[in-house]
Amino acid sequence: MNHERGARMFAYALLAPAVLYVAAIVAWPLVQEVQLSFTNAGLAKTYSYVGFDNYTKIFRSGFGEIIWRTFTWTFFSVSFKMIIGTCGALMLNVALPGRAIFRTLTLLPWIVPMAIGIFMWGWMYNGQFGMISGLLQNFGITSGPVAFLAHGDTGYWATVMTDVWIGTPMVTFYFLAAIQSIPRDLYEAAWVDGAGRAYRFRRITLPMMVPAILTMSIISLISTFNSFDIIWILTHGGPNGETTTMVIDTYKVAIGSYKYGEGAARSVMVGLCLGVFCLFYFRLVNRLSSAEQL
Amino acid sequence: MMDKFRWYEKLGIYCGLFVFLFYIVGPFIEGFNVSLKPLSLLFSSPYRFWPENPSLEAYQTMWVNVPLLGRYMLNSVFIGIIATMMGLLLIVPAAYALARLPVPGRYMFLNGLMMVNMFSGAVLIIPLYRMMRTFGILNTYAAMIIPGVAFIIATGVWLLRAYFLRIPKELEEAAYVDGASRLYTLRRVILPLAAPGILVVAMYCFLTVYSQQFIYALTFNSKSEYMPLAVGLHAFFGRQEVSWNELMAASFVGIAPVAIVFTLLQRYLVAGLTAGAVKQ
Repeated sequence: MNHERGARMFAYALLAPAVLYVAAIVAWPLVQEVQLSFTNAGLAKTYSYVGFDNYTKIFRSGFGEIIWRTFTWTFFSVSFKMIIGTCGALMLNVALPGRAIFRTLTLLPWIVPMAIGIFMWGWMYNGQFGMISGLLQNFGITSGPVAFLAHGDTGYWATVMTDVWIGTPMVTFYFLAAIQSIPRDLYEAAWVDGAGRAYRFRRITLPMMVPAILTMSIISLISTFNSFDIIWILTHGGPNGETTTMVIDTYKVAIGSYKYGEGAARSVMVGLCLGVFCLFYFRLVNRLSSAEQL
Repeated sequence: MMDKFRWYEKLGIYCGLFVFLFYIVGPFIEGFNVSLKPLSLLFSSPYRFWPENPSLEAYQTMWVNVPLLGRYMLNSVFIGIIATMMGLLLIVPAAYALARLPVPGRYMFLNGLMMVNMFSGAVLIIPLYRMMRTFGILNTYAAMIIPGVAFIIATGVWLLRAYFLRIPKELEEAAYVDGASRLYTLRRVILPLAAPGILVVAMYCFLTVYSQQFIYALTFNSKSEYMPLAVGLHAFFGRQEVSWNELMAASFVGIAPVAIVFTLLQRYLVAGLTAGAVKQ
């Protein structure tokens, strides 16, 4: 009994620093954020409570469009990451000469500061002299230069492709590990029974990868939804706000225009959307852990 | 036998890999090409992939435009190392407690911890900004480090806990029976055994802070002497007339040291990061 209690006290003592740190840097600011969202706080020292004014104001100014854009942007980006990551992992798993080098190269975008990778994409998207526009013209696909970041629709896809590029290495390596942890006997048994490669992939590899794909989708969903650097560096949310996601919008209002109260209300909306994802996450974790016990 | 591919299948896989790797590495190749082109050739059409008269000129002239490049690189590494050390001080005890000690509601706690990562982006930027202002630490290293550390804790704890679980329990029980205190057992028995796992977590912490945390340094600091590499070069990138060849040259010089170290360490990093993650 005493032993048990001592162990528990020791556990609390070990957990305390991390818990307190997170409480101070994440939980407490979160409380403050909600509080601020009901005020007209700005650069001035004092502020007063304004009720739901900030919320009614942002919804009157085309916020629905920004929410929709954020969801579609996240959806496309995460889907591409999953598809490209799966293909990449399958190919990197094949025993071919050069595999070690291919794997090292795949890691590159991840060990370089994100912003620097984004600068390189910024140049590639340049209309007059960039690589993508240049190659498209050289191959005669487009007749003139395409300034990808100067138009809403191309800017949208350009930022998606850059986000996919940054997220792909992690997804690929996670999937690669998932593929490698599939027991070989499964494949051997299927092979002995005369199952072809496509059949083995469909009936063994893919089903066994499902938990990894689900886990990664959620992790990737949260980080993509929160993605700031790419759009901020490439387009600043422009042109005409056509690449503005919720996070970019929050940053523009809060840090760009010093409207802390209104910015906080916009942040709270981001938090609520993330909360929905989180709910899915918990349901998923529960489903997976109950499936494991079967 | 089973894994044998016919020649045309191999060819197909190589083609697929080429497309995949071109997407991944293409920007680096293009960036490197740009750094070798003189400015006059850079702004010329039609587009040419390979530089015509490659020169290392930009690698010399960039020092005029980015005089603080060395400082930025040091700042990046410094911020990464301090954040990693702070992170480890918080992560190691917590991970051990959650792996081995009777913590009520352990799984709820572990899942709840993951929720912290939801707020890693711009969501908390306003209250954090006000907090940094209240403490008077805007425009210092602390303002860039303190918020970032909070967002490496969750993943770090998950990774290290998985490692602790693999250490045989009998070892600590033996030490405990011999009369060693809990703290002594943790310090002298467990930590040395967990060193490889701690190293992986340290690498994870450093890489996350170094390569993914941009917004805190962008928002909470405006002094160029304190800027990490990405933010320092971002100021350069934001100008009207971007000397792209110099920006790329500075980028390549800037990322080289850390990229080389992690390329050498990648075997351990990848194995360590994915081992605990997939099994669950």
